[in-house]
Amino acid sequence: QIQAVFLVSRQGKVRLQKWYTAYPGKDRPKAIREITSIILSRGSRLCNFIEWKDLKVIYKRYASLYFCMCVDADDNELDCLEVIHLFVEVLDRYFGNVCELDLVFNFHKAYYILDEVLLSGELQESSKKSVARVISAQDTMVEKAKETGISHMMSSSSK
Amino acid sequence: MALSGMRGLSVFISDVRNCQNKELERARVDKELANIRTKFKNDKGLTPYEKKKYVWKMLYIFMLGYDVDFGHMEAVSLISAPKYAEKQVGYIVTSSLLNENHDFLRLVINTVRNDIIGRNETFQCLALTMVGNIGGKEFSESLAPDVQKLLISNSCRPLVRKKAALCLLRLYRKNPDVVSVDGWADRMSQLLDEREIGVLTAVMSLLVALVANNPDAYWNCVSKCVRVLERLTRSQDIPQEYTYYGIPSPWLQVKTMRVLQYFPAIDDPNIRRSLFEVLQRVLMGTDAVKNINKNNATHAVLFEALALVMHLDAEKDMMAQCVGLLGKFIAVREPNIRYLGLENMTRMLMVSDVQESIKRHQVQIITSLRDPDIRFRIIFIDLLVQCISLCSIRRRSLDLLYGMCDVTNAKDIVEELLQYLTTADFAIREELALKAAILAEKFAPDLSWYVDVILQLIEKAGDFVSDDIWYRVVQFVTNNDDLQPYAAAKARDFLDKPAVHETMVKVAGYLLGEYSHLLSRRPGCSPKEVFSIIHDKFATVSTPTKAILLSAYIKILLHSQTVDPELQNHVLAVFRKNETYLDAEVQQRASEYYALSRKGPSMVDVMAEMPKFPERQSALLKKAEDTEVDVADTSATKLRLMQLTSTAVVVADQKPANGVHPALTRVPSGQRNIEAPTVPVANGGQSPAPVDFLAIEAAPTHSAPESSPLVGPGDSLALALMDNQASTVQPTGSVTEWFDALCRKDSGILYEDPFIQIGLKAEWRGNQGRIVLFLGNKHTAPLLSVKAVILPPRHMQLLTSNVPDTIPPRAQVQCPVEVTNLSPSREIPVLDFSYNNSSAMVSFKLRLPVIMSKFLQGATLAPADYIARWKALMGPPNKLLQEVVRGVKPLPLQEMSDLLGSLHVAIAPGYDPNVNNIVGAATYFSENPTLCLIRIETDPADRTQIRLTVGTPDTSVALELKEYIKERLVDIPSGAAPTSLPGMPSPADDLVGPAASLAGLI
Repeated sequence: QIQAVFLVSRQGKVRLQKWYTAYPGKDRPKAIREITSIILSRGSRLCNFIEWKDLKVIYKRYASLYFCMCVDADDNELDCLEVIHLFVEVLDRYFGNVCELDLVFNFHKAYYILDEVLLSGELQESSKKSVARVISAQDTMVEKAKETGISHMMSSSSK
Repeated sequence: MALSGMRGLSVFISDVRNCQNKELERARVDKELANIRTKFKNDKGLTPYEKKKYVWKMLYIFMLGYDVDFGHMEAVSLISAPKYAEKQVGYIVTSSLLNENHDFLRLVINTVRNDIIGRNETFQCLALTMVGNIGGKEFSESLAPDVQKLLISNSCRPLVRKKAALCLLRLYRKNPDVVSVDGWADRMSQLLDEREIGVLTAVMSLLVALVANNPDAYWNCVSKCVRVLERLTRSQDIPQEYTYYGIPSPWLQVKTMRVLQYFPAIDDPNIRRSLFEVLQRVLMGTDAVKNINKNNATHAVLFEALALVMHLDAEKDMMAQCVGLLGKFIAVREPNIRYLGLENMTRMLMVSDVQESIKRHQVQIITSLRDPDIRFRIIFIDLLVQCISLCSIRRRSLDLLYGMCDVTNAKDIVEELLQYLTTADFAIREELALKAAILAEKFAPDLSWYVDVILQLIEKAGDFVSDDIWYRVVQFVTNNDDLQPYAAAKARDFLDKPAVHETMVKVAGYLLGEYSHLLSRRPGCSPKEVFSIIHDKFATVSTPTKAILLSAYIKILLHSQTVDPELQNHVLAVFRKNETYLDAEVQQRASEYYALSRKGPSMVDVMAEMPKFPERQSALLKKAEDTEVDVADTSATKLRLMQLTSTAVVVADQKPANGVHPALTRVPSGQRNIEAPTVPVANGGQSPAPVDFLAIEAAPTHSAPESSPLVGPGDSLALALMDNQASTVQPTGSVTEWFDALCRKDSGILYEDPFIQIGLKAEWRGNQGRIVLFLGNKHTAPLLSVKAVILPPRHMQLLTSNVPDTIPPRAQVQCPVEVTNLSPSREIPVLDFSYNNSSAMVSFKLRLPVIMSKFLQGATLAPADYIARWKALMGPPNKLLQEVVRGVKPLPLQEMSDLLGSLHVAIAPGYDPNVNNIVGAATYFSENPTLCLIRIETDPADRTQIRLTVGTPDTSVALELKEYIKERLVDIPSGAAPTSLPGMPSPADDLVGPAASLAGLI
């Protein structure tokens, strides 16, 4: 089971975090700091798995961002590593050549997408196409709501 | 750059980004929080758009790691908004911001429930996603039935059902009762027929959790899982979007194989065969490719397949194939695969007799010690430790250990071992210390390093360093003049440390007595100073050490070139004082040394340095070499002989360190701690630990020495192959191991050979039990003249149904047996089984796991009640049976308590005021249920003895139960078990193994 997912930049700034356990909110920043400092200090030729407390952290660097997943100690490491890559591919498809700034300014989108890829700490959907369909349907619905909202505002202001 | 679509939010994010340092960032964040707080206070003025914007800002701030302790209500309230855009924000922010125990969640349960049961599919998805991501007890209690309905509904779209499956999984994790409804196993089985891969993946995740908790309930899913795997590995009907770099959903493959690892064994020969075909296909198709993602995905599946193969305890060929693959992996450059290869190699070592094939890869294994990644070094040490703990059981692995150590890397290896020693499992430390000492001696690049290592060893693990280890150092130092000043100086340094182990005092006292005069010119090493450092310890050490120290004192005194009167006075005073010491040895030394030292320098020759030892073989290495002899001759008989005779030379007695845990059944995560305590439980059957190991040794090589008088207890206990010396049919595994596993579990294999597999499933209620034997013909021809006769002990009533005379090829026959326990006894029934495989008659006897603990059920009593009952049992008449048991396996308290728990005794921690005692209670079901109170008093100073008290109103129960528990606790030396069982035991006295030998002793 995936316990937590987080994205940190090379400077150690958190770009996204999501927890799938009742890990106390107050301890989360500390946990992320600890794990990040281990990961940032590791060379690029080392393996992508580390142990932290009784968990395993699977991480992978994409450009300036580290994607990290805390999982149970007996989970399949490579399986998790490719879940990360799947998530990256989905982001890439949505943003079109995704970069860190996309995720900074559209962090809420990243959250929506994550929620379609993972749920309850498990992989929810492995078809990129299927995720893309769901997200674009969501976007359409929000847009619609916005339009009606604006027309409502305009009609109320013109009164 | 894509913007958030909310200007205020983008501006804020930019501002935060532009902050030069942490302080400025905090100031900006605080300002924003204050702003949001004010806005929220006059709630009425906010448009939905603004509300959304502020809630997003809160989440952003929270994500950066700041505390956001207000505004939760605003986020939660958005959930109740009618419009999708707001609802969506409400759901996602709430699920990220609040954790499962937050009070506000209660406020929205109704809204969430309405969204789940409502008709709006998008709302259903939002609600399911949040519940799945938050979990929580209250959600679990109030929403689980609705979520369940969505999952099995035919009208819902895959998207909803997929989310429902995972949502239910989260609720189940929180509260397993949510799916305890009858018939759910059938539902799960139906769900596995799903064709849509997305839904199937989610269902499989759910199944992993269900099976991990309760494999017995989901047997019906096994064949479906195998079918899913067949579909995936043959790429049948897999839509393009569900292949990942050309591989049919690797994730679903991994999950499905994970499910299968939770079942103790797969009995049905047809299913087993199909599964092995699948696994064979996975193991074959593993060409490394350039594309890293494809490579990773293939190997993810492959490693899971390896784990499954190990779990299923496959045939030797397949195991060897796996080792071959692992050997390939640890040779590749790609660090992930190399790392996992090494890790799995370590697991492999535990599983079965594959050391010979592993040895071929030792060169590769050693390179990991120099890997820049510390993880590799840790794994390497794990592997060594694994070897070491196996050494005492299967001596051949010492060979493997030596193979990996040589003069160039010994330093690193031993130093890593020393590091590891301080954190190592208690049970294995003595073994580790010994092996580190052996390696250090065998491969020492120079002698001063050797001295360092041994002194460090004593410092770090003094309790676990046997005398032979430090005797050996003394020998070395005595025989090497140039080593003497170095060793003396080192010894002095170690004595300076705050807490010094007594063994250190001994060796340091000895070395300083002999050689401290070589240091006398160094600062802090004058005879007087050395004496006072040593004498500081005198008051607190044991008598034998005192004797060593007295000798050191007189040597220090007489070796010094100029007599220091002050030192002389001190030393003489010490001798005087000890002339009246209680112990004769100390007394005698004190008086003699007193007299000698009064005579002054003329006596110096008497106290000269010890002469050199004749070059003698190290006791430690001797032990090791004995082992190497039986590397050549690996027959089990030889091995036994070795074990029996070699104890004379050997330093420490051969104790099985850390048990082996052959079947790597997955333990659900979160209950991982179970893994360690099950080790003692592995002996929960009729056989003590060493038996187990011998069985492992003997079974796969088929060299079970039936004809030898020195039959290992394992073989006689297994009762297999007793009277079929002519037959060539051998079981494919260890009968003892299967039996032991069945003592702990209620389903699994009882016996298997190339022709037949006998599986067993049992249910117990009170004094009744129902056993079903599954007789599966694995062969292509029918099995004829099948006979299964169960010989019941006197205290049991067994109703057996008839077994058909013939089992058709590839067919399985079930044979139910009804058991009723009438009176307390440790005797167990024996199944006398025979069949004709059309070329020969095969027959064997198998013990059935109808052991006492199957009729025990933990009973929880309130403390006052417990004590009252205990007092009542104290009598008169006294109904408490008490016995001091010696030779108990030395277990940490927790493990002993776990062991007792594994016998179905409910432990009542804290009831006994003494923390070293364990008390518990259980109900024993025979004709009438009897409440039994149990207490174990342990002695922290001596873990090998305990006082066991069992009290029941019915003394016959107490008597049997006490013996039963005793058998589980006592570590019977392997030689003490009966040598072989003459013929067939009559059903009346088929007490076998330890039970018999104990009965003989009493």
